[in-house]
Order: sequence, then C-alpha cells, then structure tokens
Amino acid sequence: MKIRNITLVGAIVGLFIAAPVQAEQQQMKPISKAELWATTCFQCHGAEGQSAGGAIPPLAGYPADIMAQQLKAIKAGTRPSTIMKRHLMGYSDADIDAIATYLGSLKP
Amino acid sequence: MSKFNRRSLIKGLAASGIAFPVMSALQGCSAQPSKNTKPHVVVIGGGFGGATVAKYIKRFDRNIDVTLIEPKTEYMTCPGSNWYLAGLIDVKSLTHNYEALKTKHNVKVIHQIATDINAAAKSVTLDNGEVLNYDRLVVSPGIDFIYDQIEGYSEEVAEIFPHAWQAGPQTHLLAKQIQEMPQGGKFLMVAPPNPYRCAPGPYERISMVAAYFKEHNPTATIMILDPKKKFSKQALFYQGWQDLYGQMIEWYGAQDGATVTKIDVESKTAYSDFDEITADVINIIPAQKAGKIAFKAGLTNETGWCPVDQDTFESTIQKDVYVVGDSSIAGAMPKSGHSASSQGKMCAAAVVSSLNNLPMPETRNVNTCYSLISKDWGISIVGVYENRENRISGIKGAGGVSPMGMTQQERKMEADYARGWYKSITMDVWGS
Ligand SMILES: Cc1cc2nc3c(=O)[nH]c(=O)nc-3n(C[C@H](O)[C@H](O)[C@H](O)COP(=O)(O)OP(=O)(O)OC[C@H]3O[C@@H](n4cnc5c(N)ncnc54)[C@H](O)[C@@H]3O)c2cc1C
Ligand code: HEC
Repeated sequence: MKIRNITLVGAIVGLFIAAPVQAEQQQMKPISKAELWATTCFQCHGAEGQSAGGAIPPLAGYPADIMAQQLKAIKAGTRPSTIMKRHLMGYSDADIDAIATYLGSLKP
Repeated sequence: MSKFNRRSLIKGLAASGIAFPVMSALQGCSAQPSKNTKPHVVVIGGGFGGATVAKYIKRFDRNIDVTLIEPKTEYMTCPGSNWYLAGLIDVKSLTHNYEALKTKHNVKVIHQIATDINAAAKSVTLDNGEVLNYDRLVVSPGIDFIYDQIEGYSEEVAEIFPHAWQAGPQTHLLAKQIQEMPQGGKFLMVAPPNPYRCAPGPYERISMVAAYFKEHNPTATIMILDPKKKFSKQALFYQGWQDLYGQMIEWYGAQDGATVTKIDVESKTAYSDFDEITADVINIIPAQKAGKIAFKAGLTNETGWCPVDQDTFESTIQKDVYVVGDSSIAGAMPKSGHSASSQGKMCAAAVVSSLNNLPMPETRNVNTCYSLISKDWGISIVGVYENRENRISGIKGAGGVSPMGMTQQERKMEADYARGWYKSITMDVWGS
C-alpha cells in the first residue's frame, strides 16, 4: 500500500517534472548568428560591450540605428577609422544591422 | 502545466516526507545517463582559448557544468610581454587569475595538469590521480617546442638562451639579460620557422628591445637570423626601424642563408650558411608544435598540430573532443590570442548547441594582432574569416595591414588602441 503510493507519486511527479524540464530545454533558443558574431567585438570593445578602461569606446547601450549608420559609414570610408573598416569589409550590411541590433540591446 | 514551478513542487513534496522518490523521478526522466543531471564539459588549459570557452559556455547556457583544468593560479600573457621588455609596463598588468571565472561565471577551476585523456571512456586524468568524466572535452594547451632542429640546442640550453615564447620565468630571464648586456654589445634573435604563435611577435620584440637599447645602451646592435624569406608586416616594421632606430637593427632571411643549424653555448655562437655570429645575448625562438597533451591524446596529425572541424572545432580524430587555439589547425587563421579567443567563442556555441540538440549558428572568426614599434607607434593586421569549402578562409576585401605612411597621430592612435585591445581582451577572457 505504502509502496504503491510512492510509486504513484513518483510517476505523477515524473510527469510534472519531466514537462518543465523539457520545456526549459526547449526554451533555450538556438544561439543567433548576430549574438555569436557580436561577442567577437568584445575582444576590443570590452566584455558585454562594457568599458574595460582603454581607448576603444564601449558599445553597450549604443542606439542600434545610430551604430548601424556609423558602421556603414566607416565601411564606405566616409567616416575615418584606423582599423574598423578592415573589420567591417568582412560583414554584409544586413549582418551589420543584425549585430548592431544585438549590441543595442545590451545594458550600458 | 506551465504554471508549475519545479522548485516549489519539490519543496512541497520534501515537506511531506517523500523527497527521495522525487529525486529518482528527476533522474529517471533526465536525458543524461550520468549521475549528474547536468551535462559536464571539461576544458583543459586556462589560456586565451580555454578560458574563453569555459566562460562562454556558461554565458550561452548556465545549465551546463564546466570544469577548467589549469596548473597555474596566475596566468601571465605573452601579449604585452614585449612591452615589458622595453620597460613600458610592469608584470602585474600582464598577470590574470581565475577568481572571476569561479565566482562570477560559476566555472569550477582545478589547478592541476591533465596527464591523460581516455576518449573511449570520456574521461580525463589529473596529476593528483583524480579522474573526471565528461560529456564534451575542450583542449587548448597552447604550444610545445621542437628542440632538435638546431644542433647543440635543447630544453636546458633554453635556460641560457631563453625563448620567452611562453610568458613567465623565461620572460624575466630575457629581460634581465637585456638589462645586463654590456654597453655596445650585440643582441641576436634566432627567429622561428612557420607556423608558430604570433606571426609579428618576434619583430615586435626586436622593436621593443631596440626601444630599450636606444634609451639605455645606444651603441648596442641587434641582428635577426631568420629561416623565413619574409615576415608579417615587414614593410611597416622596416619603416619604423629605419625612422626610430637607424642602423641598430639588421635582418637576414632564408635568401641570405640565415637559417641557423647549430649553436655553441660556450662561445655564444650561432652557425648558418650566412655567417658565424657571436653575440652577448641570444634569444632563440625554436620551431613549435601542439601542446604535449594533444600528442598524448592522439589529437595531432603528421603536421604536429590538431585537425579540427572548421566550424565547431571538434577534433576530426576523436569524437566529442574539441581543440581550439594555437594547437588547432584553423585554416588561414594565424596562431594568436585574438584568434584563440574568437575560436573559443565559436567552439562554446558549438558545444552548447550540440548538448541542447540545437542547430549551430554560422561561424565568423576574426583575428587582430597589434604590434608596438615604439611606445607611440602602433601597427596592426586584421583578418575576418568564413568557412569556405571546409577551410577557415579570409574573406576577400576584408582585413589587411595598417597603411604605409600613417601620420604620427594615427600611429599614436594605433598604439593607444593596442593598449585598449589588451585591456578589453583580458577583461573578456579572465575578467568580469
Ligand atoms: C611574445 C609574444 C607576443 C604575443 N603577442 C600577441 C598579441 O599581441 N596578440 C595576440 O593575439 N597574440 C599574441 N601572442 C600569441 C598568444 O600568446 C597565443 O597565441 C595564445 O596564448 C594562444 O592561446 P592558447 O589558449 O592556444 O594557449 P595559451 O594561452 O598558451 O594557454 C594554454 C594553457 O594551457 C595550459 N596547459 C597546457 N597543458 C596543460 C595540461 N596538460 N593540463 C592543464 N593545462 C595545460 C597552460 O598552462 C596554459 O595556461 C603573443 C605570443 C608571444 C610569444
Ligand atoms: C581589433 C579591435 C576591434 C574589433 C575586433 C572591433 N572594433 Fe570597433 N572599433 C575599434 C577601434 C580602434 C575603433 C575606433 C575607430 C578606428 O580607429 O577604427 C572602433 C570603433 C567602433 C565604432 C564607432 C564608435 C564611435 O563612437 O565612433 C563602432 C560602432 C564599433 N567599433 C563597433 C564594432 C563592432 C560591432 C564590432 C564587431 C563586429 C567591432 N567594433 C569590432 C576596434 C575594434
């Protein structure tokens, strides 16, 4: 009697537990290309876009549309840069928009 | 059902005295067969590659347990170590620890050497005998040296003619020799053959040694004997050397017969077809290969480096084992800290995606190597890489070196950005 109860509880709990565990796993969305690519910007601009105290400006909290505009101007050569143009030539304008949108979502 | 809170359900059941079956129910429905319900990733090596992987796996998915194996409690970076030789910075600013990885990112750090990998049993053995099981293993052990390409050279001789190509005691030894060199003495560098870590590193070092001599030993001379025909950012280095250091530096390459084949410790002489050169300080940077553990675990091929999938960095030899950083064969990417960290992020995304049965995002690796020619003169090289036909390849039109003929202000900006890069990347890898 006692044993049956425990098994029953176990089975019910199993049902309830299994669902949220699975739900949690399903909640993890694929890592987006924009996020993954943006993490490489941190190597110069500071982790999570936060200032590391050096000369390269931090990126977090930058409005996405302004950032995208600036990046496209740098890529086109109408905004001067020492190194950013050489990086940006490796990204399409659509990539730049997606990365800027991701970085714009980070808290300053 | 979605309103059910897992924790309060367990708490409620525990209060009614039936916690035990709950636990077994939890384990019974877990996808992982191990005792641990969370997947476990072991990372070997806490340098630029390994520390990045450990941190970024937790960043992408904090439900994965990550254990980092690194013998050192303090890691001194090679980047910046040349600046230290010139007296521009101190050792403290080059040294990083693992506290933030432990406390902020919940990475378990074990300060041991991994002595063996059993890929069939999916386990790693440590120096202290401990055996760790893994679901995925990432290996980033950096480099090891090939001592037998130069007659008379050995691991012991490297304690007399330091390479300083792994930062630490070797760096201090070389700094001391430079400082104690007699006035008007000769500094000789025996440069390494390709491929080696940090393509412009030897030539940045020459610049920094020259900067030191210019101030403290102005009649000193510097010679480089190089088994290569050319080197990274050569035109930019030449311009800087000529402008700043006049006749102090002489470079000879393979075309001059400058491949050193023999060394004599007693007389401090390097032999090559070019000439017999005697010097006061000799900095031999030997040929390189993947870190020891990569060989022990059978992760290397005939090149002495580790072949990997060009997106995920999974070994093409051992399943569920990944190799990043200097030890890996990463297509056209040079071996650098910037590359290792970029690869570490791609690899972290690959490991997290695979453990969650999710698709892997498209990869885009980047490299940047800043070099200082003097305190106020910086230059850089950039590459942006995609996987093209199964090889990490530079994107055409992107990347390249700083232009010749930069203004003094631009050179100064690049020098300041080089220092900014150092702060940012070390913060990204070991810091907050
Ligand atoms: C003088 C010099 C200047 C440089 N300058 C730059 C620069 O300006 N920019 C740049 O991007 N790169 C630079 N580099 C290159 C950079 O240092 C390397 O490319 C980078 O460190 C590679 O990272 P990694 O993770 O592969 O190896 P490492 O950073 O060497 O890390 C490997 C780690 O693994 C640990 N390890 C090894 N074996 C084991 C084991 N069996 N068990 C546990 N732990 C183990 C080691 O203790 C070490 O901490 C420079 C290099 C030199 C020599
Ligand atoms: C190698 C270091 C490096 C990397 C990597 C890097 N940047 Fe930059 N970035 C700089 C520097 C240096 C500047 C200053 C402009 C210049 O001289 O190039 C800059 C400028 C910028 C600016 C303009 C800031 C301003 O206020 O003018 C933006 C925006 C920017 N970067 C975004 C990015 C993004 C997005 C990425 C990743 C795709 C990235 N950067 C990667 C070094 C880097």
